[in-house]
Amino acid sequence: MPLFEHLGSYIITMKGMFARPENEKMYWKEFMHQCVEIGIGSLPIVLIISMFLGMVMTVQTAYQLVANFIPLSTIAVVVRDSMLLELSPTVICVVLAGVVGSKIASELGNMRISEQIDALEIMGINTKTYLILPKVLASLIVVPMLITLSIVISLWGGRFVGEAAGIINSTIFDEGLLRDFNPFNVTVAMVKAVTFALLISSISAYFGYNVKGGALEIGRSSTLAVVVSCILILLADYVITLILLNP
Amino acid sequence: MIKLQNIKKSFGERTVLHDISAEFLPGKCNLIIGTSGSGKTVLMKLLVGLFTPDSGQILYHGDDMVQMSREERKELRQQIGMLFQGSALFDSMTVEQNVMFPLDMFTKDSYATKLKRVNEVLDRVNLKDTNKKYPAEISGGMKKRVGIARAIVLNPQYLFCDEPNSGLDPQTSMVIDKLIKDLTVEFNTTTIINTHDMNSVMEIGDNILYMYQGYKQWTGTKEDIIFSTDEKLNSFIFASEFLQDAKNMRMLEMTGKYPGQTPPTNA
Repeated sequence: MPLFEHLGSYIITMKGMFARPENEKMYWKEFMHQCVEIGIGSLPIVLIISMFLGMVMTVQTAYQLVANFIPLSTIAVVVRDSMLLELSPTVICVVLAGVVGSKIASELGNMRISEQIDALEIMGINTKTYLILPKVLASLIVVPMLITLSIVISLWGGRFVGEAAGIINSTIFDEGLLRDFNPFNVTVAMVKAVTFALLISSISAYFGYNVKGGALEIGRSSTLAVVVSCILILLADYVITLILLNP
Repeated sequence: MIKLQNIKKSFGERTVLHDISAEFLPGKCNLIIGTSGSGKTVLMKLLVGLFTPDSGQILYHGDDMVQMSREERKELRQQIGMLFQGSALFDSMTVEQNVMFPLDMFTKDSYATKLKRVNEVLDRVNLKDTNKKYPAEISGGMKKRVGIARAIVLNPQYLFCDEPNSGLDPQTSMVIDKLIKDLTVEFNTTTIINTHDMNSVMEIGDNILYMYQGYKQWTGTKEDIIFSTDEKLNSFIFASEFLQDAKNMRMLEMTGKYPGQTPPTNA
């Protein structure tokens, strides 16, 4: 399907999400279910990746800052700003595109192929509202939380490895974390997290919801959802950085 | 009653349904039969509103579904139950949750009331001790019965069954057919069944619509089929020598005459 057809179809699918729910209680239940699926389901991988990112960043920054006149606390400053502005939001969201995005696309694709979506439609349920909206809203709430947690864990990992490897004392690391801290960087991280969450959930839902064919197409749409999400995350990352951090 | 008037449907250049008019009666098993690609699945999807016709009317008790607003269509759909070819049960839910889903969505009853109703319908389709099982843990025939239970839990006026016997052994197929027939008579539903199964046609076909390459080729009852002289219908229904013999025997039973003799006037 050509790019503009996909774009038009994506907009129509997203527009269709906004309708009055048939039963608010059922939609709330589905929203909470998605929060658990996306949040708790991705927690282990987010924690592991974040910790190692922080650890590697500390060692690598120490390796590159060889001049004696640069204070050691600069390592913490570099690690903090790198994690906050780029690594946590972008790397974790690229990982989430794989974990959450493929799950959303394959779940909806399977529902489409096995006529479960048709069954809901015939019952009189707006399937876009019931199936897509809770996933998008849950992502918008949960992904920024995961990114916040990722930032904290990565800094903790960096602090831990700095002390354990004898690179930087914990007290100096803590001083560095507070030095020249700009709260606006947190805003940038959250803007990225929310944008990436919207991209991951809506693109994956679009590809899954509109699957045609059989089991093979579910796999294809799932892969396509991850690839397109990753590309658009990187593109959005560049645009947001350009808008918010352009000196 | 559901009435179709001059329904046409095309996909791109290809016309799938040509000027179809038909009536589907309440309290009867209305069968849509035809070879693969004859347009019967498209016709069923039009009837339940999954597709929209290019022209023509789909009248539910005189109200044209095509002209209905989104809200009106939503209300109508709550009067429709559908059994899908693959049952279309929700994988992540147990049998009980599957059947309770329409009640959860469209009623404000207490959990106890809903559970009572779920057990009633599961009992009605002869399913016991399966409430807590997942669709993956039950047989194909049981899935069909869960599908029927879910379709009838809101007491629909219209019941649609898409290939209810596909993938089932002949014995289970007969059980499903009998169940559909009994429910149709018991609740006076307008039941529309899309099938390939000739046994179903001859057992429960109260009102049969035979489709051929997107056209309405023949209509009648299961008795009329025996005496039909329509070549396309005969070659579809009585495709094998065995079925031809069965037809001849049925004709002999009904009229005392061998085939080839003058058919009754209603054929």
